[in-house]
Amino acid sequence: MLEIKEKKISEKLICYHCGDICKDDSIAINDKLFCCNGCKTVYELLESNDLCTYYNLEDKPGITKNYDAVRNYDFLDDSELKSKLIDFTNGQVTTITFYIPQMHCSSCIWLLENLFKLNPGIIHSQVNFLQKKLSVKFREELVTLKQVVQLLDALGYEPNLNLNEKNDSQVKHENKKLYLRLGVAGFAFGNIMLLSFPEYLSNSDPENLKGIFAILNLILALPVLLYSSREYFDSAYKGLRKKFVNIDVPISLGIIVLFLRSFIEVVFSYGPGYFDSLAGLVFFLLIGKTFQNKTYEALNFERNYKSYFPIAITVRRKGNETTIPVSKLEIGERIIIRNSEIIPADSILIKGEANIDYSFVTGESVLTSVKNGEIVYAGGRHIGSIIELEIIKEVSQSYLTQLWNNSVFTKKSESLTTSLANSVSKYFTFVILFIGLIAFLYWLPISLPTALNALTAVLIVACPCALALSTPFTLGNTLRIFGRNKFYIKNISVIETLAKISDIVFDKTGTLTDSTNKDVSFEGISLSDYHKSLIKSAVKSSTHPLSRAIYNHFENSVGEFNLNEYEEIAGQGIISTVDGNRLIVGSSKLVNYINDEESHNSTKVFISINSNVIGFFRITNVYRGGLSNVINSLEDKINFSVISGDKNNEESDLKRIFGTSAPIYFNQSPQQKLNYINVLQNENKTVLMVGDGLNDAGALKQSDVGISISENINNFSPACDGILEAGSFTKLKDFIKFSNVSRQIIIASFIISFIYNVIGIYFAVTGNLSPLFAAVLMPLSSITVVVFTTFATNFYAKVMRLI
Amino acid sequence: MSVILILIAFSLLVAIIFLFAFFWAVKSGQYEDKYTPSIRILFDNKKDKNDKNNNSTN
Repeated sequence: MLEIKEKKISEKLICYHCGDICKDDSIAINDKLFCCNGCKTVYELLESNDLCTYYNLEDKPGITKNYDAVRNYDFLDDSELKSKLIDFTNGQVTTITFYIPQMHCSSCIWLLENLFKLNPGIIHSQVNFLQKKLSVKFREELVTLKQVVQLLDALGYEPNLNLNEKNDSQVKHENKKLYLRLGVAGFAFGNIMLLSFPEYLSNSDPENLKGIFAILNLILALPVLLYSSREYFDSAYKGLRKKFVNIDVPISLGIIVLFLRSFIEVVFSYGPGYFDSLAGLVFFLLIGKTFQNKTYEALNFERNYKSYFPIAITVRRKGNETTIPVSKLEIGERIIIRNSEIIPADSILIKGEANIDYSFVTGESVLTSVKNGEIVYAGGRHIGSIIELEIIKEVSQSYLTQLWNNSVFTKKSESLTTSLANSVSKYFTFVILFIGLIAFLYWLPISLPTALNALTAVLIVACPCALALSTPFTLGNTLRIFGRNKFYIKNISVIETLAKISDIVFDKTGTLTDSTNKDVSFEGISLSDYHKSLIKSAVKSSTHPLSRAIYNHFENSVGEFNLNEYEEIAGQGIISTVDGNRLIVGSSKLVNYINDEESHNSTKVFISINSNVIGFFRITNVYRGGLSNVINSLEDKINFSVISGDKNNEESDLKRIFGTSAPIYFNQSPQQKLNYINVLQNENKTVLMVGDGLNDAGALKQSDVGISISENINNFSPACDGILEAGSFTKLKDFIKFSNVSRQIIIASFIISFIYNVIGIYFAVTGNLSPLFAAVLMPLSSITVVVFTTFATNFYAKVMRLI
Repeated sequence: MSVILILIAFSLLVAIIFLFAFFWAVKSGQYEDKYTPSIRILFDNKKDKNDKNNNSTN
């Protein structure tokens, strides 16, 4: 028994390079089999350079090359384009960073960092695995950018070249600054605490050490005030200039008062000052800030159509083919599109047969076939043999891309800081100032020093450290919990908005419908198992989505035959000979079936055996599992609408799920989708848009929270606030509910921090705030809040089964 | 008394050295990618030496 099993496994021919199943053992070197010539070529290249460690680090690490044709990278010789792509050059040595989505294992890292062995012109290459980036430093005299890209392409690591993703260096710079500020604050905090111990522990000071220590503390506190807390002063100043009291105003006030009072105390030898509290406060605040800045490096939430469109295109000018940057494309130009290339601008089909996959645009995965003279829209991916098109609109003015001319995309998003902490801080600041003033006036007749003492003590002790920490820690934790459930959000403020959602707008195709799953049913004669096997064998080798759907439908039920003859006619179907029968699978035209009454409700695939049409497969979209569950559990709080770019043939299905009162719109252009969100927002509604394709990009951007659904998070998704992996769609309701829970946890932690403040203020107004008491109370309140929020979020996540 | 001052001066000096070491670490980009180096360290360097020898003979 065991022997048979082993035999079966060894019978499966597996490619040594990529691990795919080989059709036969025709492509081989020694005992190593390959599935295609692409894989074999890569192996030969690596072998000749002694780089076979690649295969030892991981099993079958390679990447299948889906295309055989060599890509044309001539456009990389264009100096203008090149200067936009590279990071730095001094004429001799050039540095460039590539985004390589195929990177997936440690073998990839190893190979990409050993590029210098393949080409002596490459000085150094370094991988950032989480961001899937490769930075390469090369000598211009020995190798050109084009050759570097060709080398990567030859290895199967085709870089994703685009001009749009160059803005992350600023984020990096900000993060570095934050780390430095945190380091300085931590350094000062530790040393000041150490030097303050004599003050805490004893009253006697025989050798006047405490005075020296206090001066040292003052010196150590200076960088904390001048460097580490700069961001808080800046933010408070900016807020005040706009007549807006944000959370940084009371914090800045607290820090400044803390320093001034301590400075005066030390200089005039009144006492030791509160430098320990000052350094601790800033240190804790910066930890909170670091915590909230931790987001998903590997994901990009800012992509627009340019990240997805090609940067160069082949044009035919006077019979010659040249490659030019897409930005230089003009109306009337003839372009050439090869298999799986993307159409950069609206154009008319001149030559060839086009099969366009608009799945990135609309979410619909079924190919659209286009005839000569018909319009092909920008954003579609052509599948099939070479076609020739004539441009009728500029790249930026095409049906889809003109969306990005809308002001939503051009105006810089000024974050409306309506966060809970900011709205509380307004009242908080005034109440504290009021209490301080009353204490001051109360003590003024008795003695001025005591009055000043009480006023500053109130401002110090009320510094809302715990208040400022509760938001980043609660929401930072929530962000992580969402991430575990395959919901990745841009930053923590998205959660606060998500808690306030009043309306949800869904796109239909690809969002509500499951693009990987289709409902297949056969209408016609009743199919025998023999017929089923024939059909299954015919569609087996086709990659067309409809063929895959039919194949999956029969996957486990019947056996297969070997194909005798096979021909796939692009956009039409398959003609094949199976077990002596001539079998046609495809459109009504292909099988010569004329009685087909036009119906848009579903896609039909006709079957003809030996020129006899036996019926057709009806293939309909399947709604995502758990959709009605999501709707039902949110129905009483949230209004739903559906806005689709498709025809209205599924209206009745949608009405059944969403109820008859829900607004459902069809035939909507990308611009109309955006406008609809705008209309809702003008009614003071907080709108969540859930979409997937580029045609939803405007609506996603306009909405308060835009979530993009993706089958695989590494695939392209338009600019949005969050990316939801399709498998977690049913948890959408939990995410919204949990955002509300987080909001309540923040409110609860505010109450805790207020209780600490009340205790502190009680001591402050009576003029009894000792430095030791302040140094204990402030960290204690911060730690309580951090512990409380962490426990509370994890507890509720467990209750809601999110972790 | 003087002893304790010397000790404190020394401890501060050590702390400052560490602070600058941290500055260097941040500025040289060690906090930008916290994952890849953990894999890179596992690569076998022995092979590299062989490769270099081969390259030089080529």
